[in-house]
Amino acid sequence: MGTQVSIFIQQIINGLKIGSVYALVALGYTMVYGIIRLINFAHGDFIMVGSYVLLYTIPIMVACGLPAWTAIILAVTACAAVGVTVEKVAYKPVREKGTKMSALITAIAMSLFLENLAQTVFGASPKPVGTIFSFPNLELAGIKLNGNTMLTIAIGVVMMIALQLFVKKTKMGKAMRAVSEDGEAAILMGINKNRTISITFAIGSALAAVASLMYCASYPQATPTLGSMLGLKAFIAAVLGGIGIIPGAMLGGIVVGLVESLTKAYIGTLTGGVITSAFSDAIVFGILIVVLIVKPSGILGKNVGEKV
Amino acid sequence: MGELILQAKHLGISFGGLKAVDDFNIEIKAGELVGLIGPNGAGKTTVFNLLTGVYAPTEGAFFLCGEKMNGKKTHQVVQSGIARTFQNIRLFKSMTVLENVMVAYGMSIKYKIPGAIFRMGSYFKEEAEYREKALDLLKIFDLDDKADYIADNLPYGQQRKLEIARALATGMKLLLLDEPAAGMNPTETADLLRCINIIRERFGIAILLIEHDMSLVMKICERIVVIDYGVTIAQGLPEEIASNQRVIAAYLGADEEEEDVPC
Repeated sequence: MGTQVSIFIQQIINGLKIGSVYALVALGYTMVYGIIRLINFAHGDFIMVGSYVLLYTIPIMVACGLPAWTAIILAVTACAAVGVTVEKVAYKPVREKGTKMSALITAIAMSLFLENLAQTVFGASPKPVGTIFSFPNLELAGIKLNGNTMLTIAIGVVMMIALQLFVKKTKMGKAMRAVSEDGEAAILMGINKNRTISITFAIGSALAAVASLMYCASYPQATPTLGSMLGLKAFIAAVLGGIGIIPGAMLGGIVVGLVESLTKAYIGTLTGGVITSAFSDAIVFGILIVVLIVKPSGILGKNVGEKV
Repeated sequence: MGELILQAKHLGISFGGLKAVDDFNIEIKAGELVGLIGPNGAGKTTVFNLLTGVYAPTEGAFFLCGEKMNGKKTHQVVQSGIARTFQNIRLFKSMTVLENVMVAYGMSIKYKIPGAIFRMGSYFKEEAEYREKALDLLKIFDLDDKADYIADNLPYGQQRKLEIARALATGMKLLLLDEPAAGMNPTETADLLRCINIIRERFGIAILLIEHDMSLVMKICERIVVIDYGVTIAQGLPEEIASNQRVIAAYLGADEEEEDVPC
């Protein structure tokens, strides 16, 4: 019995780990959606960009005698730059001229473009990312805890708290919320809307870079399509929590992570082997469908009628 | 009267072939309250959109304290000192009353993001300072005790007042009020009137007011400009406007047998 409880707790912790990765990525989706009502399908690929930056800068950092994790500074910078550039070059012109649908299609195009570009530049085969951090394993009340996993969860929590403080307490955070509520009124309060949008993209992409660090710490491989499935699940997390709502993305990410981890562990035994753990993704998507039928605006979303 | 705040010269805009506003001229001095009236669709809100840089004028120019405003982006016009409220209330609904005002104060807050990270001390000091200022402003409107309410939960009349407080927080020299009394009951309107008077005394700003409530307009405006089909048809003191034949014709229709009275 004791080992079973221990396994269960391990699974919960694994779920929290991958969930906090999803949460950070989902935040990027939700912030961008909140401010310009666009699903940025290229967001998942920003994680891929981050992982390649880590891949190439970790050896440099180590050679300079710095700890490997300092590579995150470069990854954050690179991802923020990519995010802002994509916004300025691809989304802004389309947003100003075209419809929401053309912006959405542009986002899908950007996603494919980044993936194919990475394939051309870095090759299609997975490349191993160097060790980012190795934290000693802990043992708490007889349960073995993987140090790296705990550190990953801790980084996720710190990032989420920092973001929440930024959005609630700073001038720029208030400006972001104002633009997302009513862009035109925000401009008439003297807020520079374009600058606010750029900063939103920069922060969202920077969070994707941190997510890539957390992800690569557990799965140290960079591939050109690394971001597509991860991005898709994070998008589900954002919708599940209520798209456009920051705490919703955090909650959604954690829920998706936990569901995934627990189904992988128990679905086989629970169904007597009829449904195997290979179905875990299908189950995650299934939960999304159920939640959206019951509560179309997501777990934390408010049901609002169409604006008149 | 004080210095010249707003000066519009031959301001006009055409949408395709339609001249929405044509040859609009106005001068407003500090402390002055000027009414802008006209039948529905006369172009009043278009004038506001021109004066805030939402539309770029196709003709003429306007100046704030002598500085040319044409060609500036909306947020720059606002930063120069023109603020407005909306015909239909447009607060940041899910933010608190205090946050709504602080957002508008935001642009005069000096700190930048690196500063916010590296100089936490000065950041907190400035933030606290602006919080105080925002609360002072809310006090004028009797909203200080509701500072932590979510804006959307305020009653209608108070939402209107909050919108004016938010516009004032931008630190403007010219305030454009778009139908502030629309949908208000007489008590709320009287309260609004009191607030507008306090604003004029305290801040010495110029106000341009669009309003359909004629008794309100006649009561508080020093001068009135009347437009119809985008053209200025009369300009003058309230009593002159009230007896101006062209204004009466514009409101009642040229046909003198009609007896509808504007409300």
